[in-house]
Amino acid sequence: MRRPGLSPAHYARCLNGIVRREALRWVNQRGRFVSALVRPLVWLAIFAAGFRFVLGVSIIPPYETYIPYEVYIAPGLMAMIQLFNGMQSSLSMVYDREMGSMKTLMVSPFPRWFLLVSKLLAGVAVSVVQVYIFLVIALAWDIQPPVSGYFAVLPALILSGLMLGALGLVLSSFIRQLENFAGVMNFVIFPMFFASSALYPLWRVEQASPTLYWICQLNPFTHATELIRFALYNQFNAVSAGVVVLFLAVFLVLAIQGYDPSRGLIARRAGAE
Amino acid sequence: MLDRADPAATAAPALAVSGLSHAFGARKALDGVSFTVEPGAFTVLLGLNGAGKTTLFALITRLYYSRTGSISVYGSDVRRDPLLALARMGVVFQQSTLDLDLTVEQNMVYHASLHGMARRDAAARIAAELERVDLSSRRRDKARLLSGGQRRRVELARALVHDPSLLLMDEPTVGLDIESRRFLRDHVRHLCATRGLGVLWATHLIDEATEDAQVVVLHAGRVLASGPVPEVVARAGAADLRSAFDRLIAETRS
Repeated sequence: MRRPGLSPAHYARCLNGIVRREALRWVNQRGRFVSALVRPLVWLAIFAAGFRFVLGVSIIPPYETYIPYEVYIAPGLMAMIQLFNGMQSSLSMVYDREMGSMKTLMVSPFPRWFLLVSKLLAGVAVSVVQVYIFLVIALAWDIQPPVSGYFAVLPALILSGLMLGALGLVLSSFIRQLENFAGVMNFVIFPMFFASSALYPLWRVEQASPTLYWICQLNPFTHATELIRFALYNQFNAVSAGVVVLFLAVFLVLAIQGYDPSRGLIARRAGAE
Repeated sequence: MLDRADPAATAAPALAVSGLSHAFGARKALDGVSFTVEPGAFTVLLGLNGAGKTTLFALITRLYYSRTGSISVYGSDVRRDPLLALARMGVVFQQSTLDLDLTVEQNMVYHASLHGMARRDAAARIAAELERVDLSSRRRDKARLLSGGQRRRVELARALVHDPSLLLMDEPTVGLDIESRRFLRDHVRHLCATRGLGVLWATHLIDEATEDAQVVVLHAGRVLASGPVPEVVARAGAADLRSAFDRLIAETRS
């Protein structure tokens, strides 16, 4: 008797379908599409313009000259695009009508880890495209990394996108009461973004508060930002890469456990409704 | 679509639930539930709101596992062999799970890919199932533009794209008008008769369990009666299913 099963072709079709759906949703939800682009531009056009005179930036790696503040915060904004995306694509699964789209995904016969990783990759694909669109627009602010930097940053973006997306999955499986996106903004996105090297170099933070400096150092978002920053100028930041990979592994394990039917975290949430 | 050349499976019931219990903390949602759905049988899972129907569906579809009891689909245990069990199952959940920003066709293509179907096979199956629910002309419309009844029909068509042999429907007629309700019920009954599809149809509406259907009466997490409707009525010593249902529930209180 031939045992029915799933071939690599089946897996490829499944992954392809999940990525296509994510892309279609992104394009079709105009509001999400536009706000994802406008958000970092507001930071560039308004925040950076106001802040550049307050904050002197000295020459720090990977930069070789004095740089305008806009150039400094660009990598942080790229990581922010990915952070928002990771939260949105994972959490929307849960809040879209009481796990509606999550149920559709979970009744697929493919192994659950594969479905989650596919979902993750789909979100990353969308966020990477968004970052490149941002980079094109950022040219208007003279944010011009070397041409090769545009290629070198791609693996960094994939890695940081995976890590931040996996964090979103963990939150979506464990947290019961983040009723809406505002809660995620307050308790996840803002703290991660502000306690990081996205807006100010960490040596300046250290002068202000050593405690805050260490919080920033332990924040995975700092390392996503630094990984992107260095890659954009053709340099590899090994420490940041290591930290990002480590957090990716931890978040992925937690997410897969969170969606494991035998651990029943989904069941606990269902029971609480 | 998966290959399913398994001769042993054809003799097994479409769905066999046995000794199934599940608790959320101290609250017992299901307590020793056992019943079967035969291939080609239209089986109504009848229960009031809160009887445990949705929990039962979540367990059968492996959203989470039960601690005791077993569930098998054509002989494949949901827990030990989820791949086979899920591949043979089509599901329509109580809440709509359509992606409203995508077109009808995009929704269905997504579902087909979740079952590993090749694009060409999927396109043919999608066209056929949409035709059957009379929605071919709407295939390029966004799901948002469809009425409630039409969305349900799309969900039914979508659940059948991978050609399952067991169909689960959780309160499919809630919120629908009489016309849509009748269309849905007739369509599913036709599938039972022609394709040998086993159907579990959860509802709190007694009139959806007609004389020729099988019924499983679920109350407070326990099965009070099951079998062909006339038998269940006769055993309860009642005139019709409604009074049989009332009587069965009254007995649990005494």
